[in-house]
Amino acid sequence: MNFNVTNSKDEEIFPSVIASIDSHDLPDAPMDICIAAQNIDFHYGSFQALKGITLPIARKSVTAFIGPSGCGKSTFLRTINRMNDLIDGTHLTGKLTLDGEDLYDPRVDVVLLRKKVGMVFQKPNPFPMSIYDNVAYGPRIHGTRSRKDLDVLVERCLHQSALWDEVKDKLKQSALALSGGQQQRLCIARALAVSPEVLLMDEPCSALDPNSTHRIELLINELRKDYTIVIVTHNMQQAARVSEYAGFFLKGEIKEFTTTQKIFSTPSQKETDDYINGRFG
Amino acid sequence: MSLMAVEGNLKVRHLKSHLMLSLCAGGALVAIASLGLVLFFLSKNGLPYLKPQLFTKMPDNLDVAKGGIAHSITGTLSLLGLASLLSIPLGVMGGIYQVEGKGKFAFLVRFLTDVLGGIPSIVIGIFVYALWVYPVSQAHPGQGFSGYAGGFALGIMMIPLVMRVTEEMLRLVPQALYEAALALGAPRWKTMLGVVLPAARAGIITGIMLALARVAGETAPLLFTILGNEFRGPLDGPIDALPLRLYRYATNADVEQNKIAWATALVLILMILCLSIVARLATRSRMQEDK
Repeated sequence: MNFNVTNSKDEEIFPSVIASIDSHDLPDAPMDICIAAQNIDFHYGSFQALKGITLPIARKSVTAFIGPSGCGKSTFLRTINRMNDLIDGTHLTGKLTLDGEDLYDPRVDVVLLRKKVGMVFQKPNPFPMSIYDNVAYGPRIHGTRSRKDLDVLVERCLHQSALWDEVKDKLKQSALALSGGQQQRLCIARALAVSPEVLLMDEPCSALDPNSTHRIELLINELRKDYTIVIVTHNMQQAARVSEYAGFFLKGEIKEFTTTQKIFSTPSQKETDDYINGRFG
Repeated sequence: MSLMAVEGNLKVRHLKSHLMLSLCAGGALVAIASLGLVLFFLSKNGLPYLKPQLFTKMPDNLDVAKGGIAHSITGTLSLLGLASLLSIPLGVMGGIYQVEGKGKFAFLVRFLTDVLGGIPSIVIGIFVYALWVYPVSQAHPGQGFSGYAGGFALGIMMIPLVMRVTEEMLRLVPQALYEAALALGAPRWKTMLGVVLPAARAGIITGIMLALARVAGETAPLLFTILGNEFRGPLDGPIDALPLRLYRYATNADVEQNKIAWATALVLILMILCLSIVARLATRSRMQEDK
């Protein structure tokens, strides 16, 4: 096993997963683990949605989750910023850590967690406010009051999300007047405005046309330099295009987790192969 | 297999469709007609007496025809103001609780709100009389009946209306907005006050307008609380209101007073109509915002 893990504690956690990652596909740099899931079980009431999920998510890279509908990939994504807490009767066991901190420790402040772990949703969900106020919302609730600081921040985030040129003359207009693709990029800008470390994307392109999808993918490519991105997608070509690591979910289990290149070229599991080649799902 | 319908089948179907549609249209027409009739009779009997003096003068005991109902109009407006002061904060907070609260107590609150909404207005009048007016009159003879007591009674009637509409409008706000704010690290209260409540604002305002329109015409609770008055008095004493004036003048034998009663009814209806129109306009601007 040549795979190089920086954190020795994480290495103990992931022998099997890391062993399954074929070393010749990997870049020379060691895998710097940002988020680590260890044996995560998740229940909605009596229904078990996740079964023993164990996987590492590398810092400043894109990790994609694929799998058929209802396989648990979105549920897993939402355990990372504890969005599932909003649903009654859910229950999680196992250990999920971000930079070594247990996310489900009772002392964790979910407000701080969600500031650190931003999220982009399947359907663009801008607030019914102006474009400017949408981006400024996060910084404002976290205490940025200065008009000048906000102006700079809003411009930077809109630049980062490749939307600035299209909206710079209408920042005061309603965000709801933007097209779907623009709205989604606005939502990305809004998420970036609170300076997260991790960006969760739950099928961010499934409501968009191919052109907008392409722009978002270009954007993800830019963002990977600064953020740890976890993306759930139904579009396997998209996963292949944007991600470095990929996990295949099936019926609440992680069937295969390895580099994107390997999962698409030589998957080790028959189910993965079948799914990727469209034989089911 | 041919797609052509069996000869005659289509005709029968069209006939049935037209028949049903006409029946429904007829039903709607009857419903609207009652409103039309009310407006027609009110206009016919009230318009001739809808004079400017009505809005500027108080009742004239020597020459009824020269008097007005200015104090009843301001009375009704102050009552609505007082009722709003009580019911809007309580109703909106209660509505938020019904959306946010979980468990048995929230369920109980929802149920009791329905019960409160179903209490006849005269019962609320008696309740406020027993709770407030009567004890005060015992302690301080000559006092008791007051505008405040009337506003309190109307406010109690408005609370369940405001609560219900707040709850319904908040539930209409997409969960996605709520999640978007929480995902940015907004605490629950900031999410509610900064995102969800503003998104539901237009609908809530509409509901409050309609609730105001509904209680503006209430007479029974006022009989027990504000008593009625022939001049414009302070709110801590007996005051007058449009429905009360209407009731007094319409039930008196004086023909001149009956005439003013028709005009009063017209003023009341116009006032309620205005509230409804404002409510509609508020709703429409929300639609435009949403696109």
